[in-house]
Amino acid sequence: MTTIIPKQQSIVVRFAGDSGDGVQLLGSQFAESTALSGADFTTFPDFPAEIRAPVGTTFGVSAFQINLGARRIATSGDAPDVLIAFNPAALKVNLPLLPKGALIILNTDAFNARNFTKANIETDPRETGELDGFQVVEIAISTQTMEAVKDTGLGKKGAEQCKNFWGLGAVLWMFGRERAPIEEWIKTKFANKPDALAGNIAALNAGHAYAETVEISAEIPQFEIGEAPMASGDYRSVTGAYALSLGLAAAGELADKEIIFASYPITPASPLLHHLTKMGDLGVATFQAEDEIAAACAAIGASYGGSIGITSSSGPGIALKTEAIGLAISAELPLVIVNSQRGGPSTGLPTKTEQSDLYQAVYGRNGDAPVPVVSASDPGDCFYAAIEAVRIALRHMTPVFLLTDGYIANASGPWALPDMSKIEPLSTNPVPDGIDLNDGDAVKRAIWKRDEKSFGRPWIAPGEAGFAHRVGGIEKDIRTGDISYDADNHQAMSDMRFAKIDTIADFIPDQTVEQGDENGPLVVVGWGSTHGAIWRAVNQAREEGLNVAQIHLRYMNPLPKNLGKLLAGYDRILLPEMNMGQCATLLRDKLEVDVIPLTKVSGQPFKISEILEQIRANIPGAIQAAE
Amino acid sequence: MNAPLTAKDFATDQEVRWCPGCGDYAILKCVQKTMADIEAKPDETVFVSGIGCSSRFPYYMSTYGFHTIHGRAPAFATGLKLANPDLDVWMVTGDGDGLSIGGNHLLHLLRRNINMQVLLFNNEIYGLTKGQYSPTSRPGTRSPSSPKGSIETSVSAGAFALGAGARFIARGIDTDIKHLSETLKAAHHYNGTAFVEIYQNCIVYNADVFKGFTEKAAATDNQLHVQHGKPLLFAKETKGIIFNAKTMQLEVATLGENGISLDDILVHDSRNKAIAQMLIDMPESDYPIALGVLYEDPAEASFDQNFWNNHPTNGKRTGKVADLLRQGSIWQK
Ligand code: SF4
Repeated sequence: MTTIIPKQQSIVVRFAGDSGDGVQLLGSQFAESTALSGADFTTFPDFPAEIRAPVGTTFGVSAFQINLGARRIATSGDAPDVLIAFNPAALKVNLPLLPKGALIILNTDAFNARNFTKANIETDPRETGELDGFQVVEIAISTQTMEAVKDTGLGKKGAEQCKNFWGLGAVLWMFGRERAPIEEWIKTKFANKPDALAGNIAALNAGHAYAETVEISAEIPQFEIGEAPMASGDYRSVTGAYALSLGLAAAGELADKEIIFASYPITPASPLLHHLTKMGDLGVATFQAEDEIAAACAAIGASYGGSIGITSSSGPGIALKTEAIGLAISAELPLVIVNSQRGGPSTGLPTKTEQSDLYQAVYGRNGDAPVPVVSASDPGDCFYAAIEAVRIALRHMTPVFLLTDGYIANASGPWALPDMSKIEPLSTNPVPDGIDLNDGDAVKRAIWKRDEKSFGRPWIAPGEAGFAHRVGGIEKDIRTGDISYDADNHQAMSDMRFAKIDTIADFIPDQTVEQGDENGPLVVVGWGSTHGAIWRAVNQAREEGLNVAQIHLRYMNPLPKNLGKLLAGYDRILLPEMNMGQCATLLRDKLEVDVIPLTKVSGQPFKISEILEQIRANIPGAIQAAE
Repeated sequence: MNAPLTAKDFATDQEVRWCPGCGDYAILKCVQKTMADIEAKPDETVFVSGIGCSSRFPYYMSTYGFHTIHGRAPAFATGLKLANPDLDVWMVTGDGDGLSIGGNHLLHLLRRNINMQVLLFNNEIYGLTKGQYSPTSRPGTRSPSSPKGSIETSVSAGAFALGAGARFIARGIDTDIKHLSETLKAAHHYNGTAFVEIYQNCIVYNADVFKGFTEKAAATDNQLHVQHGKPLLFAKETKGIIFNAKTMQLEVATLGENGISLDDILVHDSRNKAIAQMLIDMPESDYPIALGVLYEDPAEASFDQNFWNNHPTNGKRTGKVADLLRQGSIWQK
């Protein structure tokens, strides 16, 4: 038996099979086990785009990747070290991802002529030489599973379906993990299905025992991954979509206002609607509108009515909401627009991740219509980013964009539970008091008297006695709110709208440097979900002795006040982003700095190695030194 | 006690900017009067509109008002009613705003049956953009965008509403303040989305398009004011509507002719969808125009009521985020 302690103290495992093989369940249970082991990890599910793709086809392959380690794990990993493939299609799709030397565990029961045809494979890949250089372990997983569960009363199909737990059992052995917590989980999950309960436990144990068996264990190595250093406290695992939903609910609680979330189904934003629908007791109500426009309008209607209106979509849907967002700007109403970005343009790549809606958020409206933009950088960060977005919306009475993406929405990892008592409550702009309600002019002026610092106007909802007034999208008089086509007034209103967004910079924290010094030859600047890959790349470069710093942005508009000065301290600014260079344009526009863009729009997140390579290339002498 | 509010109390200090002679003035007067009659509370009443001549309406009502964007008023009103179902919401729209750019939203508002009133000012033309043909314009309508006459089939607002699943459909005429006000009161009383189509004269771009039944000389013979439980009589009760079971059609009959007596006249049943459909569909050429409450079939509850009744805690915050955070598997470091 071999015990391997991986270099870098981390390992990437990928489970792949047909959509019906239960690899997502297998992956998430392995992640649970990893959490209990004390290792750090990041997971990423890779679902097929088709809902019910034909069995055995390459486009029906579902995968789950986990990167785990005895150090901080910031991404789901560049390339799998271990692949468990349940059918030929899964091998075919995932083989190109693997570096030579990787361990491949195959379910040989699925390697037959029928499945080769379905996956468009001409010759058994085990005979073509394409697996040369890999460490291949062949196991008849289906047969083994059937054998293990034959006494449980499950039919043939039900028995076969236990094979993911058989695989899990084997993997648990490979990582020296306890089976008990998984058994407990199975008992709760399948409490109402005694056959499946017994079958899954039998399969789990059989897989474990099989891997442990002497004659096989020579082939299957064991990996030793220790505990990762993490701040002490309580942790849970969370996806970005769930954390973001919790964050919105938390913002409602912190503001003591109801949340009305209006949205229309779209990939990859729909999980927010699903999660929030289950958070009714937290003062959240969800409304599924007839289309994207109606969702935005209903959210604004809700804000007008005194609740916190939130709408959510992905790029194409956000485009439809644009006109309504302009009205919220004009009417000075709070609104949060969540954009779970995906590949574009048009329908683009609905299930693939991208960061290409930054222009849309910052610049994309008719008229001079500035909107604050906040971005989330990892799954757990979605919670805090959501609170920040709502905070700005309520304080400044403005729509706010909250940018997340398909990667963070689905990725997950350990998350230190937030302490709600330590988060500053959200303030709103209250209804003014001491106004003579019989003095119509005084009432009008009070309604439109904006806070001197935040430019937020009082939030006065219908039902408020004495303040009945009219508001709309026609330009209004800066003092009375009456319709005004006056030229100077439009200038004054436009100035006010810009000043309002600019002033947010006075409220947000200064930009900090996450790694490295406040000056030097190179800084890597990022925003959003590239955080993990950039962090690890910079971290590794620094371990190599390279003088590189990392700055990661949360506030995209306005930018933190000190950012320009901070960036001036570096000779070069490298900016990796999953688009054709949008943040690079933004920084050039707002700060007039020279930026070296590192762009990628393949639908896949950055690899750490891709960024590391560019770090080396941009530090004079680094490559030569490495060679 | 404050003195009861009068129609004047519902006017604002804003200069009304419709063309002189526009039917909108009469509707405004009628609505202000109706507000006083129903003792509406200005602070709890909201007028929501889209874009168009009619959608300027909220600026002239001393209630809360939200002048939104083109076609989307139903969605804003929906969000507003969800946030505060106690508000009395009136939506004002036009044939372009409600049936063209906003047709989708109107459809969903009507089928959801949110407790509010929809006033659709139908003038069969785009007024604010200077006179192009609209979805309700009759085929042949000459306009700047259809100089040889429109070649489109027009949409019937009432038939659209019925098809969308509206459960309250009524019609009125801008200048017939007395009848229109009664209809608005019925609409206000109904629990759900009350849809009222108002024939409104655009004196500038489509003048007199409704004169076949609105002109004084034509009114008596060509207007049928329906009332639930009452026979469908018009022309000073000399004529009525009968149902021909063989052709499955309504017919105009003259009392005393061909042996027709009052007993033969169809009695209006506002819950009967088939009657509503036929009344809505009566072609103007051969029939009177049916006015008043054509259809009223209340549902058990409106959408806004169901929305909160189905909400797990009826909209109340009973839980804590901190508790939800701890649900599921938690581990310690
Ligand atoms: S254009 Fe027509 S509908 Fe518009 S205000 Fe003038 S008369 Fe009225």
